[in-house]
Amino acid sequence: MIVEDMMRTNIYKLTPADTIEQAVHMMEKERLRHIPIVENDDTLIGIISDRDVRDARYSIFSDNPLPDVLQKPVKLIMKTEVFTTHPLEFVSDVASMLSEKRINGAPVTVDRKLVGMITGRDLLDTLVQLTGADQPSTQLEVKVSDVSGQLADVATVFKDHRINVTSMLIYPDKKSSSKILAFRIQTMDARPAIASLKEKGYELAGPSIPEWGT
Amino acid sequence: MTKKNAAFIFNQEQLAYKFSDTHPFNPTRLELTVDLLQTLGALPSEEMIAPRKAVDQEICLFHEKNYVEAVKKGGRGELPPGTADNYGLGTDDTPIFANMHEASSLLVGGTIQAVEEVMEGRYKHAANLGGGLHHGFRGKASGFCIYNDSAIAIQYLRKYYDARVLYIDTDAHHGDGVQWAFYDDPSVMTLSIHETGRYLFPGTGAITEKGTGAGYGYTLNIPLDAFTEDESFLECYKIAVEEACAFFQPDVIVTQNGADAHYLDPLTHLASTLHTFKMIPKLAHQMAHTYCEGRWVAVGGGGYDIWRVVPLAWSYVWLEMSGCSELAQGALPQEWRNHWMTKASDPLPEYWEERKDLVPCVPRRPEINEKNAQTLEKSLYYIQRELRYSHVRRS
Repeated sequence: MIVEDMMRTNIYKLTPADTIEQAVHMMEKERLRHIPIVENDDTLIGIISDRDVRDARYSIFSDNPLPDVLQKPVKLIMKTEVFTTHPLEFVSDVASMLSEKRINGAPVTVDRKLVGMITGRDLLDTLVQLTGADQPSTQLEVKVSDVSGQLADVATVFKDHRINVTSMLIYPDKKSSSKILAFRIQTMDARPAIASLKEKGYELAGPSIPEWGT
Repeated sequence: MTKKNAAFIFNQEQLAYKFSDTHPFNPTRLELTVDLLQTLGALPSEEMIAPRKAVDQEICLFHEKNYVEAVKKGGRGELPPGTADNYGLGTDDTPIFANMHEASSLLVGGTIQAVEEVMEGRYKHAANLGGGLHHGFRGKASGFCIYNDSAIAIQYLRKYYDARVLYIDTDAHHGDGVQWAFYDDPSVMTLSIHETGRYLFPGTGAITEKGTGAGYGYTLNIPLDAFTEDESFLECYKIAVEEACAFFQPDVIVTQNGADAHYLDPLTHLASTLHTFKMIPKLAHQMAHTYCEGRWVAVGGGGYDIWRVVPLAWSYVWLEMSGCSELAQGALPQEWRNHWMTKASDPLPEYWEERKDLVPCVPRRPEINEKNAQTLEKSLYYIQRELRYSHVRRS
């Protein structure tokens, strides 16, 4: 998946001469944490965060913001060193960049012109989609050894039961060298598939019946 | 005219909603319930009302027209497999069966009928235990459910009675179809208490699902940990229902009474006993009288231990509703047991509640209860805060 597939194109932006007051209103109304600052031709020249605005606006010891501060242009508080990304960038690379630079969002530019914004929240929404949790399904986690062919073998079981797989993730098991295959399958009654998997000797994670005592 | 107490919507034709002999969603459980109630003398003929068939226009209060057409074609054997797939039909969960549209329409009509009996003031309460198919989506079948009778009936309540509807879903699976149907509607509050979607179908029903737009705060979810028992289940249920009523001030309560939170249920991992199913309708009944002048519509839902659990759980609903809950104690009628004994694939129960020494004891109980208490607190945070502020504003 690339940035273009998930970036927001409905962008809230300001020009360097706009006032801090306008930025405050825009952030509050649209619940934004970042506003990119552009020239009239959309060339990106800076970014302001809600923190920049807060720092400029007033001291925590004063109830009222100073009116002349609010009328100052945003170019006085904007950061000009901006981490940007490109529409064709891989989403995983953007995620690494946000994490590494400890930032929450980045403008998307082509030829230095602003075309979109991408934020941590967009990435999280995509993660939810990738885990398949937005579609009615049952989750099964199957432990397999880390050798080739395992995924195909497990998937055949679902095929035999005519069960549609809505999503699939592979992650390493923390306690052994095995891999966990996490499937979301489109069925309410997973018992037949579970039985077949167990019959083939697979270990399944899930709410297994604990040792009932009486 | 004085209102009669309660109406039981049922006829034999409702049993036609059947996918196959081996499918877990088995209408025999409805037959077992009716027979048990009749044996007890708790179902006089003047309280039993035949459901009507819902017409297309009513079904389309919620469903898409082309989906209804697909269901009709499916029931006539005219739906190509590729097309069926798009509508969630012909899967192992919701296979196609002959006349599926007619059978489903009767379940929908039953729930609408129950709504009418209550809203027209003929009865205080009404039950359609064949309904409660809460997974059905606007244009797609899901999780054994073709038409979502509850979503349709709630739309009906909105359209013809302009009523504020509180929907309470105690099925072990999240009531996703009904939730999404009214996600942005502040006139309908949905409350679902279910096993966490961590592993269980449909996977949704997290506390973060709270509604959207004008409907924010009008969706409540209480996802319980696997192996939750009576005490914790009932505590969460009681507090959530009481708070939801105080916050929302409903005109009518619709309860979905899935009976699959029981420890014997083969599809889920909750661990309640019949005691929970005795207490659930009691509180719903009480709340209906406190807030809605008695207006209460109950539907069925899931429940896959059809011999030992569902007939008793559903009988509790009707006995509570009709004011005969004292009949549900001690031994079950021998006549009923004799009638079904040879057909039953599990030994039929002897008493209305399990013998305490047969109920399994779950390890890690304190941790599970603690986790659930936290879930409840987080889930109710928003409406409790709103309630506090509204008190402050009023005073």
